Amino acid sequence: MHDQPSVSELVQAVKNFVDHSAMPELKGRAAFHARVASNVLATILRDLEAREGNDAGEYERLKALLPGSDGKSREALNEELRCKIRSGELTVESAALMDHLKKTAIEQLKVDQPKYSGLATALED
Amino acid sequence: MSEKQEFDSRLQAVLRRVYGEQTALASANRLSGGASQETWLLTLNGTGAPETLILRRAPEGMEATDDSRAIGLPNEAKLIRKAHDAGVAVPEVVHVLEPDEGVGEGFIMSRVEGETIARRILRDDEYAKARENLPAQCGHALAGIHRIDGSDVPRIRESTGLAQVEQYEQTYQEIGVCRPIFDLAIVWLKENAPKPLEPMLVHGDFRLGNIMVDEQGLAAVLDWELAHYGDPREDIGWMCTNSWRFGQSDKRLGGFGDVEPLLEAYAAAGGAEFTPRDIDWWDMLGSMKWGIMCMGMYETFRSGADASVERAAIGRRVSETEMDLVNLLEGQRHA
Repeated sequence: MHDQPSVSELVQAVKNFVDHSAMPELKGRAAFHARVASNVLATILRDLEAREGNDAGEYERLKALLPGSDGKSREALNEELRCKIRSGELTVESAALMDHLKKTAIEQLKVDQPKYSGLATALED
Repeated sequence: MSEKQEFDSRLQAVLRRVYGEQTALASANRLSGGASQETWLLTLNGTGAPETLILRRAPEGMEATDDSRAIGLPNEAKLIRKAHDAGVAVPEVVHVLEPDEGVGEGFIMSRVEGETIARRILRDDEYAKARENLPAQCGHALAGIHRIDGSDVPRIRESTGLAQVEQYEQTYQEIGVCRPIFDLAIVWLKENAPKPLEPMLVHGDFRLGNIMVDEQGLAAVLDWELAHYGDPREDIGWMCTNSWRFGQSDKRLGGFGDVEPLLEAYAAAGGAEFTPRDIDWWDMLGSMKWGIMCMGMYETFRSGADASVERAAIGRRVSETEMDLVNLLEGQRHA
């Protein structure tokens, strides 16, 4: 498949339309939803950019955290991590667990809501 | 007659019953609210009646049901009257709607001037004095709220801290997503739950957005529908939850102040004595609850019940609370 324009370019074009053509014409609830839609399009652009690298990084960290993880998918390892947390095998006292969860949350938030105050707090430490 | 004209004419009949036959409804405009709860601004003509009033109503068929956490508008009206008697700043309830009046379930109350939008209260110069006054005023108001005897108000449930952890855990499991930070927070909350206090009446949604603020500070406590019997620290912790600091993380109390002056005013007004650390567990509970509420709101999109972009987008706010939970859990290590 060709990608001219690419998916990112197409999303950007729709965002330009929402921001510069549609939003100024709208009032009330429709204007509110247009602003939400514009933010969603920005999230999509960040997601397209970051997902592959974030998923790979998360997978590597999970493999390092969970012994015997060969051949298991990222989803399966997340489920296993949840079980170890539930059983009390991994707790807040595990520096490796907290490091992994913090990195995962930071990467997700950089895509979802990069201006959220809690992100700045986490990056300060 | 259109449906709106019919509604206005019934509403005018109600107002005439309260203020006399010379009263006329000049306009009724819907301000906000979801499908089940509406807020209307009423403007009136006629001597003896106020110029404006607020109507809170649920249309027929949209009333809070027995299995809902909301207490329902008629009970909310009863509670607001009790809060007034307890010295808490609230709007004056002027009339509770009767079924035969044909305008749905709800009540009419006085309009309190001020601002509810958190970002304006936190940033605009005209609320600088209000931000200074609010912590102590909130402490005083909460002490009054927690003293209310609601025993003759139906449908007010008991919901303690640990019961809420279990309730939200169940919702999280029913949604069926795997987000290990929530599992860690739930485990931590269960293992570190504070000794429960004697349950008292708590507001249940005490935060910016649900209080009316004027230039001097707290003008009225609104939105009582989630009132329940529970732990007084829940109301304090909810206002401290980072999601309700609206970007001003450095000010623990609602983004406008410190929690210490609230706690001092709370104790001075007859409430129990708490330290800021006593609120930590409830702060964590608040982030956990709001994250799972966001998951639930996104579920209404995923299930097809609500197709709006807003309901889809809120699913991408769960990560805000994940970040807050990680920050809080880090602070609790070796604590």
